[in-house]
Amino acid sequence: MTYDVVIGVEVHAQLRTKSKMFCGCGTTFGLSANSQTCPVCLGLPGSLPVINRAAVEMAVRAGLALNCTIGAHNRFARKNYFYPDLPKGYQISQYESPICEHGWIEVAVGNGTKRIRIRRAHLEEDAGKNVHETGTSGSRVDLNRAGTPLLEIVTEPDMSSAEEVVAYLKGLRDVLMYLDVCDGNMDEGSFRCEPNLSLRPAGQQAFGTKVELKNINSFKFVKDAVEYEIKRQTKVLNEGGKITQETRLWNIERGETAVMRSKEEAHDYRYFPDPDLVPLQLEQAWIDGFRAGLPELPAVRKKRLEREYRLSEYVSNVLASDKNVLDYFESAASEAGRVGLTKIEVGKELANCITVDFQGQLNKLTYAPNLTQATTPGTGPVPGPFWVDPANLMELVARKIKGEISGPIYKVVLEKMVGTGKTASEIIEAEGLKQVSDEGAIEKIIDEVLAKSPAQVAQFKEGKQQVVGFLVGQVMKASGGKANPGKVNELLKKKLGA
Amino acid sequence: MALHKLTLCELQKKFTAGEVTASEIVRAYALRIGQVEPKVRAYVTQSKEGAMAQAEALDRKLKGWRKTQPMTGMPLAIKDNICTEGVPTTCCSRILQQFVPPYDAAVIEALRGQEYILLGKTNLDEFAMGSSTENSAFGPSRNPWNLHCVPGGSSGGSAAAVAADECAAALGSDTGGSIRQPAAFCGVVGLKPTYGRVSRYGLVAFASSLDQIGPITKDVADAAFLLGAIAGHDPRDSTSADVPVPDYAKALKKKDLKKLTIGVPVEFFAEGLDPEVDQAVRAAIEEMKELGAQVKEIRLPRTDAAVAVYYVLATAEASSNLARYDGVKFGLRAKETKDLLEMYTKTRQEGFGPEVKRRIMLGTYALSSGYYDAYYGKAQAVRTLICQDFDAAFKEVDLIVTPVTPTPAFKLGEKSDDPLQMYLSDIFTISVNLAGVPAIALPCGFSKTGLPIGLQLIGRAFEEDVILRAAHAYEQATTWRTMKPAVR
Repeated sequence: MTYDVVIGVEVHAQLRTKSKMFCGCGTTFGLSANSQTCPVCLGLPGSLPVINRAAVEMAVRAGLALNCTIGAHNRFARKNYFYPDLPKGYQISQYESPICEHGWIEVAVGNGTKRIRIRRAHLEEDAGKNVHETGTSGSRVDLNRAGTPLLEIVTEPDMSSAEEVVAYLKGLRDVLMYLDVCDGNMDEGSFRCEPNLSLRPAGQQAFGTKVELKNINSFKFVKDAVEYEIKRQTKVLNEGGKITQETRLWNIERGETAVMRSKEEAHDYRYFPDPDLVPLQLEQAWIDGFRAGLPELPAVRKKRLEREYRLSEYVSNVLASDKNVLDYFESAASEAGRVGLTKIEVGKELANCITVDFQGQLNKLTYAPNLTQATTPGTGPVPGPFWVDPANLMELVARKIKGEISGPIYKVVLEKMVGTGKTASEIIEAEGLKQVSDEGAIEKIIDEVLAKSPAQVAQFKEGKQQVVGFLVGQVMKASGGKANPGKVNELLKKKLGA
Repeated sequence: MALHKLTLCELQKKFTAGEVTASEIVRAYALRIGQVEPKVRAYVTQSKEGAMAQAEALDRKLKGWRKTQPMTGMPLAIKDNICTEGVPTTCCSRILQQFVPPYDAAVIEALRGQEYILLGKTNLDEFAMGSSTENSAFGPSRNPWNLHCVPGGSSGGSAAAVAADECAAALGSDTGGSIRQPAAFCGVVGLKPTYGRVSRYGLVAFASSLDQIGPITKDVADAAFLLGAIAGHDPRDSTSADVPVPDYAKALKKKDLKKLTIGVPVEFFAEGLDPEVDQAVRAAIEEMKELGAQVKEIRLPRTDAAVAVYYVLATAEASSNLARYDGVKFGLRAKETKDLLEMYTKTRQEGFGPEVKRRIMLGTYALSSGYYDAYYGKAQAVRTLICQDFDAAFKEVDLIVTPVTPTPAFKLGEKSDDPLQMYLSDIFTISVNLAGVPAIALPCGFSKTGLPIGLQLIGRAFEEDVILRAAHAYEQATTWRTMKPAVR
């Protein structure tokens, strides 16, 4: 039997506020246990929460970017359950009135795009962490993370494959990172995803029983876990079994999902409005202010790149997958006019330079920074060992485009730029690497090469056209790579009488 | 005159004038506490050494240059559900018996800033749940007027301490009458401010939407004085109101009730009201007429629903507020438990008393899936109607006058086996909390058996000055404030 796969996704994105959701404690990751706590986030008797304005602003901006309706009337609710990492015995969340509702995001799938609907996104506080150390009895509780603001983003069940889930998550993460509301770090848990998945016989309207997946902290695991779960459920159904409504954990080592808790163990959270917090009213003008200030979002920016620079979809995707890299690209491209070229003329070469050649140079360094680091101003000492000013890079690429330096020389110069922080012209000047286009000088080299290569000249005369390539190479080599290859080709053929 | 007999304002005047030192004040109170505390048992923690050290340091500091703030050197008692840094704050529960807060409540911060003197922490019904202090894990306090009677609750320790002159004044908290009912039972003045008038930061929560800290004092002027010291906006409490605090002492200057209309709600003078209480309150209304007030009969038709609404909402909030006492971070943790669940259940079994458990169960039930709409949802809707009753009444009148309790203080053990009877002793005070408006309780007579009877004046939101003015005028026109218990 064939089945339709129905997937929805819940994401918990940690908001990049300086302080926690309801108190003034810091949100830095990885500090010593319980060092970022106060009476409020420890849940001490008598302490009271106060809403963090910055978190509300970030949620509103994210909601607007995801095409959501922003709720004017917000009420925080208590979600009651007992767990050692939950200091108050309840989590402050939003229940009946989420701050964002009814949105959508368009993501790249296959050759086209797909619109994934966002059901809601609401603000809540994170819990702490239980620490289980081997070799000790009992567990410890670290409440540094308790109270960190989260935006929980819930989709409609609009996805039907692992590929679509990954595309959605990448698209969503891009948006949140573009807005600078989440650092997107899946390793440290600041972008956590929980897909829920069910199967139904192809064509059937009613949904099957769904299973929620947890403990997935990379895009690869998302793909693996979803694919595994589709196979598992297909097998169960094909064998006449029934799917149990449950939460399953992804086991990285074993590459399979295993039951964490079933529906029977599900809590009654006894949600009710938190009486410690007054309703939060958002004025339309305030919301509209954020709408006006939204940056250009990844999907839109990608389309613009393709148009303005005539980039292929592939190249624009590569660039746009990282805001830093794209900002760097556009910063460099903005210098095109100064070197007498248009955006269309520089686009492809520049993109290629950044994503292929520059990346290649970085890989050669012993401390191999990634492209994101290398394109982040202020990373390392500036001008640092790998930081290349975008204007300088543009200059280098322009020289190549205009034929002032050859391909091989371009690579040599780039390597020296990354190593030294010097500008392209400084290096070209100092090393005498400027391309030679002077016909007299080139003809002189050609004559020398032809004199040394009688066999090849004879072969050419016999009709072996291929030897021209060999001879051009010899001329280039003899010129130290500086001869203009076009000119070499032209003059060589003339000499051979071709 | 012995210092402990002075009102807070009288003592403050003497101290500011340099006629008495802080050490003398503390010694006088230590002596008085030594005499009567074994009978009254108002305190659960006494700060004898702390208070003396504080007083001596203060005297040394003031020797050179006498500059004081209103509460400087004033010896106060604080209800033991208000956090005091470094001093145990137990809520009179075994679960918090060992809890010493690392921070001060906002009201304590304000008083400490003015260099008040903490005499000790007073007894209450566990987590402020009760009307007699009999639910205290540390045993009940006694009514100074009759040691066989309860002082009321939950702020029974504070009211008894004030009545027995064991402090110059005290702070209590009021969720359904917990300041006013004990004040009435003990023949002192108790003021529940408007919800939001005083910061709740550091008040251990019972029912967050109803709790409010307020003064319990020897007379109305003291209540005005102490309220002034603790009222005001606090950004740490989102429900605290950013409304200017008037000069309450100034409000007391008018000695009559001219141009004030006073409403008498018929629903509060119905069946079940003790005839002696009825009589005393009606006599007080006559007296207020004499003082120039217009008196008008009004209706608060949803009064009969108030107790039911209260016991759904207050317990629902409490069930969540008390979830943090789980043995993980502070307070009691049951010993020798085999797993997490057992640690939770045993800790809470051993740590909470029966009334607290009862209310946690009631509240949990009211919020449960499938029951929420019928209980919590319905109660919220009716609360809104009760608020509307008050809104409508306050369009016609400036003040509402009622009894504080249906009867004077009852005997210890008389109602402790019958929670419902106990709940009904708050019937006249509860709707005030639901509406969030301010109310004051003050003495208006005595029963034949010599127990005080209380009068309640309810005002519009943030019009504490109006009820203080009326209460003061009435108090000054009568002699009830001069009556003192023999404490024997």
